[in-house]
Amino acid sequence: MENMDKYENAFVEALGVGRADLAGLEYQGIPAWDSVGHMQLVAAVEDAFDIMMDTDDIIDFSSFEKGKEIVAKYEVEL
Amino acid sequence: MTFALDYGELFEAGLFSLAAPEKRSLHARWLSALNSHHRRLCPEYDRICAVLGDGVPVPVRLFKELDLMSIEKGAVAKTMTSSGTSGQRRSRIYLDNDTSARQTKALSRIVSDFTGERKRMPMLVVDAEGTVRNRSMFSARTAGIRGFSMMGRDVTFALRDDMALDWDSVEAFAERHSGERVLVFGFTFLVWANLVEEARSRGFSVEMEGVLVHGGGWKKLADRAVSPAEFAEGVRGVLGSGLRPCDYYGMVEQTGSICMECECGRLHASVFSDVEAVDPATMLPVPFGAEGLLVTTSLLPTSYPGHVLLTEDVGAVLGEDDCPCGRRGRYFEVHGRQKGAEVRGCSDTYEGR
Repeated sequence: MENMDKYENAFVEALGVGRADLAGLEYQGIPAWDSVGHMQLVAAVEDAFDIMMDTDDIIDFSSFEKGKEIVAKYEVEL
Repeated sequence: MTFALDYGELFEAGLFSLAAPEKRSLHARWLSALNSHHRRLCPEYDRICAVLGDGVPVPVRLFKELDLMSIEKGAVAKTMTSSGTSGQRRSRIYLDNDTSARQTKALSRIVSDFTGERKRMPMLVVDAEGTVRNRSMFSARTAGIRGFSMMGRDVTFALRDDMALDWDSVEAFAERHSGERVLVFGFTFLVWANLVEEARSRGFSVEMEGVLVHGGGWKKLADRAVSPAEFAEGVRGVLGSGLRPCDYYGMVEQTGSICMECECGRLHASVFSDVEAVDPATMLPVPFGAEGLLVTTSLLPTSYPGHVLLTEDVGAVLGEDDCPCGRRGRYFEVHGRQKGAEVRGCSDTYEGR
């Protein structure tokens, strides 16, 4: 699977959102992406790319777009 | 309107490296800016200051009586509530995304200083997964667990949803991370009653290494006549001699800027916070070592005026800059709840059978 697919899949699985709704999606923007959903999303992204993010990056992972910049720091090319 | 102060400055300053005069001048500057920020944006706070004096400590119970916020209602990202017992009003603390993220980052800096690990550690939570999964709950306990979870990996729960000990889960966690340093987190009373006492009575033990961070108060343990030394011994007996218990003092009104217990058994205020013991009759500071009502400062909140609070806790500031652990700043101890204060639902509101 392409990395972008994996990245989108993590959102779909952790937050139960459709791929069409991912652009512009933000933390606290939908009920599913609250602090509970956030930890599920982090776990899904980490599993998808076999990475371990720093705590600050977990906190800064505030939108679908911002998350792309963050995973890039872990040498994941989307 | 933008907030003039740059939080980068605070996060770059050493957590425990400023000597008293430097910290005093840094805090004076920040508190003055925070006062004007909150007076400008929170009309109730402005009235309190107009009557009682600029920068007066806000009694924590006012968060039960007033909706104190320094942001537009629409910017509220989450509302924290104290888990007040029935019949009492709950405190309501309004967070926007900036304050919330800042508080969690500060928390992670502080905890790392005491665990000695910058990387996320395998984490065992002495609570039930259901407590965290309950999305309608924003109590001190759930907030604590959610905040700390960001510092953990392989976050594992030690209790079942009915709060009974899940020893299989504890044992499997210890095995998975044998030889690694782990972070165990939980509320003091739950750690004692639902994990240590329960495991001990059933003859269970594991060997873990790392730090047990626990908070929420000693009241229930003091009622059971459990001393800190006994607590530490019980924890080591059940979870391993390499696990250092580390108490912390914190409150939902000042999430993030917690004060943690050092190797010498004292609670330390970091660069983000400060503590003063005052005589409740005069509101003047009492000397180091003397008991007073605790006034706590946190430079973190911008979404609600919680930067200087008059708590309902009594304790004593023991000294400043000279703790043998090497951390600068004030160190103190908490003796308990002020007499006559209503029983506040703090984190240990879980009612055991």
